[in-house]
Amino acid sequence: MDLTTTYLGLTLEHPVMPGASPLAHDLDAVRRLEDAGAAAIVMHSLFEEQITRDELGMMHHMLVHDESSAEALSYFPSTDDFAFGPDRYLEQVRAIKAAVKVPVIGSLNGTTPEGWLSYAHQIQQAGADALELNFYHVATNTLESGADVEARLLDTVRAIKTHVSIPVAVKLSPFFSSIAHLALELEAAGADGIVMFNRFYQPDIDPEMLETVPRLQLSTPDELLLRLRWLAILSGRTRLSLAATGGVHSGMDALKAVMAGAHAVQMTAALLNHGPSRLTSTVRELRQWLVDREYHSLRQAQGSMSLEKSPNPEAFERGNYMRILQTWHPRVPVR
Amino acid sequence: MTRRWITVDGNEATASVAHRVNEVIAIYPITPSSTMGELADEWSSKGRRNIWGLVPQVVEMQSEGGAAGAVHGALQAGALATTFTASQGLLLMIPNLYKIAGELTAFTLHVTARTIATHALSIFGDHSDVMACRQTGVALLSSGNVQEAHDFALVSTASSLASRVPFMHFFDGFRTSHEVGKIEELTDDDLRALLPEDLIAAHRRRALTPDHPVLRGSAQNPDTFFQAREAANGFYTACPEIVRKTMAAFAAMTGRAYDLFDYAGHPEAERVIVIMGSGAETARDTAEALMAHGEKVGVLTVRLFRPFSVNDMVRVLPKTVQSIAVLDRTKEPGAVGEPLYLDVVCALTEARAAGTFAGPMPIVTGGRYGLGSKEFTPAMVKAVFDDLNREQPKPHFTVGIVDDVTGLSLKVDESFDLDSTRPEVVRAVFFGLGADGTVGANKNSIKIIGEDTDNFAQGYFVYDSKKSGSFTISHLRFGPKPIRAPYLITRASFVACHQYDFLDKYDMLELAEPGAVFLLNAPYAAEDVWSHLSRDVQAQIVEKQLKMYVIDGYTVAREVGMGNRINTIMQTCFFAISGVLPRAEAINKIKEAIAKTYGKRGDAIVQANYAAVDGTLANLHEVTVPPFVTATRRMPPVVSDDAPDFVKRVTAVMLANKGDLLPVSAFPVDGTWPMGTTRWEKRNIATEIPAWDDALCIQCNKCAMVCPHAAIRAKVYPADQLSGAPATFKSIAFKGNEFPGQKYTIQVAPEDCTGCSLCVAVCPAKDKSNPKHKAIDMVEQRPLRDAERENFAFFLNLPEVDRTAVKSDVKSTQFLEPLFEFSGACAGCGETPYLKLITQLFGDRALIANATGCSSIYGGNLPTTPYTINRDGRGPSWANSLFEDNAEFGLGMRLAVDHHREEAVALTQSLAARGVVPFALAGALLEFAEPDEGGIQSQRARVADLKRWLNGRNDVESKRLLDLADYLVTKSVWIIGGDGWAYDIGYGGLDHVLSLGRNLNIVVLDTEVYSNTGGQQSKSTPMGASAKFAVSGKATAKKDLGMMAMAYRNVYVAKVAFGAKDAQTLKAFQEAEAYPGTSLIIAYSHCIAHGYDLKFGLDQQKAAVDSGHWPLFRFDPRRVDGGEPALMLDSGPPKIGLDKYVRGESRYRMVEQAHPERFKELMAHAQDNVTRRQALYEELAGKKG
Repeated sequence: MDLTTTYLGLTLEHPVMPGASPLAHDLDAVRRLEDAGAAAIVMHSLFEEQITRDELGMMHHMLVHDESSAEALSYFPSTDDFAFGPDRYLEQVRAIKAAVKVPVIGSLNGTTPEGWLSYAHQIQQAGADALELNFYHVATNTLESGADVEARLLDTVRAIKTHVSIPVAVKLSPFFSSIAHLALELEAAGADGIVMFNRFYQPDIDPEMLETVPRLQLSTPDELLLRLRWLAILSGRTRLSLAATGGVHSGMDALKAVMAGAHAVQMTAALLNHGPSRLTSTVRELRQWLVDREYHSLRQAQGSMSLEKSPNPEAFERGNYMRILQTWHPRVPVR
Repeated sequence: MTRRWITVDGNEATASVAHRVNEVIAIYPITPSSTMGELADEWSSKGRRNIWGLVPQVVEMQSEGGAAGAVHGALQAGALATTFTASQGLLLMIPNLYKIAGELTAFTLHVTARTIATHALSIFGDHSDVMACRQTGVALLSSGNVQEAHDFALVSTASSLASRVPFMHFFDGFRTSHEVGKIEELTDDDLRALLPEDLIAAHRRRALTPDHPVLRGSAQNPDTFFQAREAANGFYTACPEIVRKTMAAFAAMTGRAYDLFDYAGHPEAERVIVIMGSGAETARDTAEALMAHGEKVGVLTVRLFRPFSVNDMVRVLPKTVQSIAVLDRTKEPGAVGEPLYLDVVCALTEARAAGTFAGPMPIVTGGRYGLGSKEFTPAMVKAVFDDLNREQPKPHFTVGIVDDVTGLSLKVDESFDLDSTRPEVVRAVFFGLGADGTVGANKNSIKIIGEDTDNFAQGYFVYDSKKSGSFTISHLRFGPKPIRAPYLITRASFVACHQYDFLDKYDMLELAEPGAVFLLNAPYAAEDVWSHLSRDVQAQIVEKQLKMYVIDGYTVAREVGMGNRINTIMQTCFFAISGVLPRAEAINKIKEAIAKTYGKRGDAIVQANYAAVDGTLANLHEVTVPPFVTATRRMPPVVSDDAPDFVKRVTAVMLANKGDLLPVSAFPVDGTWPMGTTRWEKRNIATEIPAWDDALCIQCNKCAMVCPHAAIRAKVYPADQLSGAPATFKSIAFKGNEFPGQKYTIQVAPEDCTGCSLCVAVCPAKDKSNPKHKAIDMVEQRPLRDAERENFAFFLNLPEVDRTAVKSDVKSTQFLEPLFEFSGACAGCGETPYLKLITQLFGDRALIANATGCSSIYGGNLPTTPYTINRDGRGPSWANSLFEDNAEFGLGMRLAVDHHREEAVALTQSLAARGVVPFALAGALLEFAEPDEGGIQSQRARVADLKRWLNGRNDVESKRLLDLADYLVTKSVWIIGGDGWAYDIGYGGLDHVLSLGRNLNIVVLDTEVYSNTGGQQSKSTPMGASAKFAVSGKATAKKDLGMMAMAYRNVYVAKVAFGAKDAQTLKAFQEAEAYPGTSLIIAYSHCIAHGYDLKFGLDQQKAAVDSGHWPLFRFDPRRVDGGEPALMLDSGPPKIGLDKYVRGESRYRMVEQAHPERFKELMAHAQDNVTRRQALYEELAGKKG
């Protein structure tokens, strides 16, 4: 069975790959992922904000007590040896690149225009085959409109595309008001793909302590449905590569994503919960299903259930709510 | 290889040579030498090689005694070895120095000469420590400035190899060790040239080795010891000539000529000063100036003090000399004179007898100067020369102080100075806060000027003794010629005040010379600032016609994201207006320096600093100074009028930074100092202080419990006491049964609070509609200062709680008056809450033995001290002996107290038998057993009664009992110190004291690192944490001191963390005190050396406990009698992974960043250790099996 797919211009043996996660921190884990059959390795994100905070935090917590006491001109060993800059990340890109044969996709979350550009360039220099821009942004600023946010995203993509030559995918959150339009704008800006969707760390509330508590909730297969809809809506209407991330836990999930139009399917929660072998079984299930149904290749199924090709596209267009109403209403005609 | 010019301090200059010419380096931190060891370790850990291509092995030992032992062994086994030390550390090395010398071992020890603790400890410089070693047989070579320290590090090493006499190379602590100067660096080739292979080979051949074995360290008997001791004489005779030749070879190589004794001055001098160390620089410089006025004066600088070469001394001494003043930087009470004086007198006498010194015997006087880094200035040198001019010079004198008791001091004409005669030298003084980065910025400026221009540069930095909000004064000189002025600037061409509030505290403009530039960081605009200055400040600006500039540095810093770091901003101002360099060039160089300093640490810091430079130039403005004074306001008094006489007369002078002016008569003769002086020093260092919302408060008193500075307090008191309360004083009804109808107040001490906000962090009472608001919030201090000052004064005067009515829980015990307040500890300190608790619970009957370290510094460093007394005049009596002997010191106190009590008991019995004291009273006094509060108070009443019976009686027994009667009230002896003491240097003594079972309470304030000397690892440092000497993360596990103490089975042991479980902490302290034997409490103490904002200290304590890193327990041997295991675990099994705890602290994060794989491994081991220890503890606590 030919499972090959093209994602961001890269020809992959099949569409299943690990999504951005802490797994890429560990070279052994990356090797195990490749052994498990990952079509590519997507790295965890390099967070510019974190680098900045680490650097400034170090200045505030470590250097602030220097030269204050005659007995202790400093309280820490000389700090030349370690840096909170992007070096560790870039080294990891290089190390992974050297350790695996499959393509390596870097991931970047910037906060400033300079940060986006310089880190993107450095990730390319470190050997990444492609770059995923993790546009993780919680819009809390009451002065910034949705249009402003989109404009900033597009400016960033345009600028980065002039700075790097490797393919660039944009990982979006689902909270844009017109994703279809934005996708075409991104395409015009030079993006090579879209990854749908980013998942936000959702703070929880502890009523007893009157505190917010950070909570990392891994995805469940239920979350796949949102991805399926938007993959289906975009599939065939843009030249962008499309990737699904969030909610893919099995071969069937991967299949559905492909049918909705995904060129690549990223798995994270399932791999964190079950280990790299989950990737192997996902590909095996996907292959088996296609073999059993006598498909000759994955491409045959790719986008088959998109808005364009689906036999009942209104499901994607109107939303399930309307559909349920429609199926219920005919019994009591409304005039 | 061409030589470079480098700007370094004396420590680095020395270590740079020592590290390159040694193979084994054993170290132990002690001020002011710590930096040398730290650098050696850092360089070795980075793989820097010695001149033979190998990386020297650096090992940190448990004490200086250990370091000396290790070095001795390394030398015996044929390695080239060194160590660095000072003061008490050097004293601990003395036994080995005798051995190393007796065995004629080539060895060089580098010493930052520091005084020895006598009536008080002092970290500062003089030759007391070095002089205490002059009898050991080591050669003593003295360097007097940074270049010499560098050069003599080599000369001493080479001379030792050639002579086989071990060398101590020493230089003045702080004045040279910490002075930053521009020097020419010796290359590796230079070092090799002076250290010939054959000498090294000879040293190796003397090594102990089984391949050609010898025996050393024999025991000799009366028949042979004496002769054998004399057998080495020839080596000492030959040594001076070897040093002279080494110096000659050095001069040929570098052009810098030195001699064993260097004479400078008039060739036919009549008056000569003989001196050693940095003071010689000042003396020579002054003599030169006096010669220009026709005076026939000269200075003989002693380089090689041991072996003392009489011939070499008289060889250079002008024969015309009529009088000589020998200056010693040490004191030997009871001696005819100080050591150098005695040697010079003796040498002259011998030389004249031998005919090698032809002139008539000059008058020789001996003077002391510069003890404990006391300033030694040209004016003082002139005073000494002037005295020699008198018909009868003072035979023994002091200079630099006013001795109005024994009249020994010379009168000094302070108007004489050399600085003002050198207009080509820029002299800049900067007043800053430790935390604002002023010193760092100035060091950076020196590097810029020293390394990027042809100018020479000098920097010296003065720090106050506080750890929080400490102030710093930087003294910088720049000029076209080498700068040899080892004294502070008193005529400045540039004065910068980096902290606006300092203008009301210190008379800094007294240092400004007429026409100087004055830079002020103020929260006011250029056109407004004048009107905010006091009359005193304005007057000096007008009279001296100062050119004044102002910048609002904190606003610039905030705007560019630098927080409170104004270092770059103020540095930019300096370069912009001082004219040291052309402005544009200077700005470029600052930016280059920023990239160099912070580049490796990341771009964000670099960018923020660049922005600061640019922001500064736009905000720096000249102030138009009116031609006359306009202000009516004077500088406020240093202390309140209510302060006791001693505080006003003595303490206040020190607080105003004018302690140098205090005469000898102002001081106690034996180091005994009054209690409770911190309360008079209103430091006002907090920009924000807690404000109490009485409506929300649930009266838990946790805020008072965690406050490191006793700056937020709780009181319960009768309602009628509120009459006359200030208008803003808050009071609510007390919620609880024990004090019905009474009132309750939480009060902040606004001027003493350090703003750490631990009280806010612990406060559990949140506003239900707006949880951001708690019963305690931080608010701006300035608007509240006056009202809260009044409120706090009223609060202090409210009656104290009835101690017998207080329950033994956290809430109630916080009503007890703290007798430890407003210490100079860091804001948010994790140690001081424990000390405060001890004083609340037992302070009125406690003796405290305090090991040297942070707790002795914030506990006993002048000008003000925090241990205080209650209304009855009782309080903790506190003393610091040494670092290494604290357990023994405390034991001695216990033995004395027990003996006193025993005698008081016997006397009471005897006097009762004689009918002097009523039987009933005596019986009640002696039956008194367990000391609860009620029991103590009634016993005190009985003792008072007893004294009434004894008063006026003249028989010996009655008089003795009158003196000892107070010992019939139980005393509580506390032994307090840090982990450096308990785990390392004092462990032997601690272990012994634990074994004795006496009634002692030992508290280890465990910061897991040597905090006071700047974060060196101890055996308490946890695996995986970075510390100095464990740069890449400590590879071994933290020593389980608690378990070791439990092994004695009769010691009460507790491990506590007040931020995790305050009730358990309180219980442990109460149980430990009540336990009739020895108790050991190991107390988790968060610390700035952990690398995070200490306002999260309580969270980290909780995480330490929850992760199992810091299990809470109490081990009470008495429980065994009840059939229970002695060990009781007070914390459950780990709830979170160790990683969750360690990620919050930079000490771990830096290892993770630098060595991720190693960190992972260390953490895996550490996690494993947690699991195993937990299992073991659970088993011991009977929870398993």
